[in-house]
Amino acid sequence: MEHLNHFLSIGVRAAFVENMALAYFLGMCSFLAVSRRVETATGLGLAVVFVLSVTVPLNNLIFNYILREGAWIATDLTFLRFLTFIGTIAATVQVVEMTLDKYFPKLYAALGVFLPLIAVNCAILGGSLFMVQRDYQFSESMVFGFGAGAGFALAVIALAAIREKLRYSDIPPGLRGLGITFITTGLMAIGFMAFAGIQL
Amino acid sequence: MKFLLEMQERQRKLFEKGAPLEKLYPVFEANDTFLFTPDHVTRTAPHVRDGLDMKRLMITVVIALIPCVFMAMYNTGLQAHIAIDAGAEPLERWQTAAMEYLGLAFAPDNFLACLVHGALYYLPVLMVTFIFGASCEVLFCIVRGHEVNEGFLVSGMLFPLVLPPTIPLWQVAVGIIFGVIVGKEIFGGTGMNWLNPALTARAFLFFAYPVEISGDRVWTAANTWDNPDAYSGATWLARAFDHGPEAFTGHEEFAGAEEGLAFWDAFLGFIPGSMGETSVLACLLGAGLLIATKIGSWRTMMGAVLGSFVMAGLFNLIAWAVEVDNPFLAVPFWWHWVLGGFAFAVVFMATDPVSSAFTDKGKWIYGGMIGALGMLIRVINPAYAEGWMLAILFMNMFAPLIDYYIKRANIRRRMAFYEA
Repeated sequence: MEHLNHFLSIGVRAAFVENMALAYFLGMCSFLAVSRRVETATGLGLAVVFVLSVTVPLNNLIFNYILREGAWIATDLTFLRFLTFIGTIAATVQVVEMTLDKYFPKLYAALGVFLPLIAVNCAILGGSLFMVQRDYQFSESMVFGFGAGAGFALAVIALAAIREKLRYSDIPPGLRGLGITFITTGLMAIGFMAFAGIQL
Repeated sequence: MKFLLEMQERQRKLFEKGAPLEKLYPVFEANDTFLFTPDHVTRTAPHVRDGLDMKRLMITVVIALIPCVFMAMYNTGLQAHIAIDAGAEPLERWQTAAMEYLGLAFAPDNFLACLVHGALYYLPVLMVTFIFGASCEVLFCIVRGHEVNEGFLVSGMLFPLVLPPTIPLWQVAVGIIFGVIVGKEIFGGTGMNWLNPALTARAFLFFAYPVEISGDRVWTAANTWDNPDAYSGATWLARAFDHGPEAFTGHEEFAGAEEGLAFWDAFLGFIPGSMGETSVLACLLGAGLLIATKIGSWRTMMGAVLGSFVMAGLFNLIAWAVEVDNPFLAVPFWWHWVLGGFAFAVVFMATDPVSSAFTDKGKWIYGGMIGALGMLIRVINPAYAEGWMLAILFMNMFAPLIDYYIKRANIRRRMAFYEA
């Protein structure tokens, strides 16, 4: 029961209270670019969920058993964390890309250039860095990675649905496209403030 | 009437295309439709055979709000007088001076005095809302060349009702300007926004100036902080948060009211809170009209009631089954329905036809989620005393997505039907 509560709290915090996209504004490039249609946004969301749930625990292992002082060699190797984290992420994204290309060619085509771009998506690297900063255990980092990914997916899919609806709106010419999307993102962040301060 | 019509017709020439006041045509048009019926008709198909146009829809909501407006004025005065009667000082504001000038006593049992005192707080807020909100609306109409819509009439009526009586007027102006421009006009005006403009305005004030719109000091129009032993300005919701169900059964801070009596006080709305949201009865009257005219969706309302019932019932069960240090969990669901802004939010805010889900099934989900989420925020989020504003804004964000999936499911079902 205690454990369940603890993991639930980490997951809910990662998904809602500290939403990657709407509380930290990380990963904005793909958040704004791949939210024109719900279908592609769902694809990007799933890709982010997958990549985050794989890379955060993986980086956790690497950090704790190789980079940390005294874990592998006596020297403190944590200064290498950016380099190693990015390497892990790039490799994982490559695997996801090949899998999608083989089994879901439609989704692969729809995601286009944004799938490789996930490799340099700051939300993904941010996930791993938050994991280090908050000193998560391996199991905690699994829950955190999935929660953060799910929160990002939820936000980007909701934004896509709103943008599909906004197609029937009469937005001033100067704001059409990215302008109104930025404002919409800001208003969504106000909505996500509903969860700020929740202590589980 | 004839003379008005002639005057309008004479002026029409001034506003037509090519005339000197061409740019101000929306203003003329608004005035014209306000006094008479719109003279333009649908020319191309499809024709909807219904007498209900935007004007009548919006004015029905305004009529449904009348009981709340009345309660806003009466109860604001009443609460101030109860506080003053119990030993709080009157505020050093022009309203107090005006009451003294009129020779009206600060007496809770003087109906007229309560009404006048409340009106002195409510009407300036309403006026500021309309002056600044309507100016923004008209400005956008002139620049963007669309008609002045009655949509603002409703937002402008709703917004003052969800504010505390002591809110500074400049904040009212800032809030409504934000709500009208960012919440609505940049999306193209009435019918094209995805957020409820009145709630956007309130949420903006809530996050930008939290001191004037939350806490214990702002809900009663009297000085309740210098002498808190005489009268505490905390809302009943805040007391329930601190003491749980005990707050209603003669807790020492609670002036020893009997539970039954206290419940009816809360139901009728004679408790401190935002100006127009305290009375469940007034909201029910409004809900009756909205449902009878099919302007407010009963599905959304029922969904929210069910959602909050399930959530509050769950909290009651948790409080009953295990020891928890949060007494608020034990507050029974029927109390949750009469406290705070639940009734007002569900009847008037959640049912906004533009920002809620469009599909019938979607309205159940949308309403149910608002009920559950609002209760969740109210009970377990210590950062906010009340949850409905944020729950509705949050669900506004997901309403298009709910519709999307329901439409997709419908399409799939029908395709399967025709293929078979």
